[in-house]
Amino acid sequence: MMDWLQRLGHSSLGVFERLGRGNLFLLRVLAAVPSLVLRPRLVIAQLYSVGVLSMTLILISGLNVGMVLGLQGYNTLVDFGAEESLGQVVALSLVRELGPVVAALLFAGRAGSALTAEIGLMKATEQLSGMEMMAVDPVKRVIAPRFLAGIFSMPLLAAIFSAVGVLGGFFVGVGLLGVDSGAFWSQMQAKVDLQDDILNGVIKSLVFGWVAAWIAVYEGYDAVPTTEGVSRATTRTVVHTAFAVLGLDFILTALMFGND
Amino acid sequence: MSLNNDDPLIVKIRGVKFTYGVRTIFDNVDIDIPRGKITAIMGPSGTGKTTLLRLIGGQLRPDAGSIEVDGQNVHAVSRDALFQLRKRMSLLFQTGALFTDLTVFENVAFPLREHTRLPESMIRDLVLMKLQAVGLRGARDLLPAELSGGMARRVALARAIALDPMMIMYDEPFTGQDPITVGVIMQLIRMLNDTLGLTSIIVSHDVHELTMICDRMYMIAEGKVMGHGSPEEMKGSASGWVRQFMGGLPDGPVPFHYPAPDYAEDLLAGASRT
Repeated sequence: MMDWLQRLGHSSLGVFERLGRGNLFLLRVLAAVPSLVLRPRLVIAQLYSVGVLSMTLILISGLNVGMVLGLQGYNTLVDFGAEESLGQVVALSLVRELGPVVAALLFAGRAGSALTAEIGLMKATEQLSGMEMMAVDPVKRVIAPRFLAGIFSMPLLAAIFSAVGVLGGFFVGVGLLGVDSGAFWSQMQAKVDLQDDILNGVIKSLVFGWVAAWIAVYEGYDAVPTTEGVSRATTRTVVHTAFAVLGLDFILTALMFGND
Repeated sequence: MSLNNDDPLIVKIRGVKFTYGVRTIFDNVDIDIPRGKITAIMGPSGTGKTTLLRLIGGQLRPDAGSIEVDGQNVHAVSRDALFQLRKRMSLLFQTGALFTDLTVFENVAFPLREHTRLPESMIRDLVLMKLQAVGLRGARDLLPAELSGGMARRVALARAIALDPMMIMYDEPFTGQDPITVGVIMQLIRMLNDTLGLTSIIVSHDVHELTMICDRMYMIAEGKVMGHGSPEEMKGSASGWVRQFMGGLPDGPVPFHYPAPDYAEDLLAGASRT
């Protein structure tokens, strides 16, 4: 029993120590962000590899999720003779929840893991150390641009995911199942609120982008500089981001939509 | 550029103690690196030679003692001053530590782009001059993955001299290279040191190569300086450590056997178990 308690204590201390280091690291990254105003090119290059290269995955996934929503939504709604509301169901599900959450999970798998592996390998091959010896701060030159690119890309990717999803729902609902096209769009237009739904969705994806980018760059920078260390860090990025995003999603949803 | 150009010593290490976990790496070590010369730091594997370079570069902090580079205490100055100092010293990593996403040209241009506001045409000229010095002007468009180990080290060397430093530290520059590459690197170290008026510190255990190019040698083992002097002085040293190392003798102060219980007892213990 004592042994078990001891182990529990030890691992909890470990968790808090990592959290503390992660926060200190975040402060260093944030302090480095202003210097990027003078060098926007560094961020733009990362926006390409973090954001643009994730587009294919986001487009295909969004389309599929939207089509499934259209199919499932129709099957349920048609029992109540409410299939005209399909547009609203699809759009709200995507904009409020699935867009930000699924896009963030995909982002962690596609871009987050790549960021961690890249930074971890730069550390393992002494590129970060070499930079420091050349009097260049790797947090400014390598970490901060990637962190910012993650934050900027996430809301855009989530928006694209939702937009493509709505189209997917439209193809299935209107194209295949015969829902009235005018009803589909007008119901959506009437029931989706700019502030309550779309803005809250954007806030969610900003928060998720922040967390996903933070975890990805921190795990890379903190990785044990060996092959095994980098592979573990990459796994941790995906797992921790998934936990963080799903946990935060519940909290944010409760805060945003709890009083409806 | 140097603050104390008259001081014949560019690096002064005094009473440095450094522990890594429970292991003592350095115990009260004093080392002087003379300006303009090539100094070798030798020692068996795992004696912390690379650690010493990182201490001089300010990436690690000693538990006690001081390290002065060009008159400035590396661990007492501000971060900005340390970065200013680092612009004037280069560390050549064992692996080269080239940026794998940049071409050879961009790797050499990196310190120039980060630290100067030179026009592109001048950066190009400077990079080509540095690459010409290491014989790789023709390889400027290659990526690090396309280079051999020896070429990667030469590119790293070109990058190390990009900002015309006062001192270069080489971490195991000969390890794992074929004889031709070793010869090329040796010649480059000597040539760059003399033509650019540099100071060079080489950390290595390749005694033969070191005796040919360096002016002074330090031998470190078990956390202490076991001997120092010119290569000739080292060859005639009375210290058992230095003689074993210089002569490559299999047994001596560094035992052939890892510490173990008595051989006969060890074998008999196995026999009694069956």
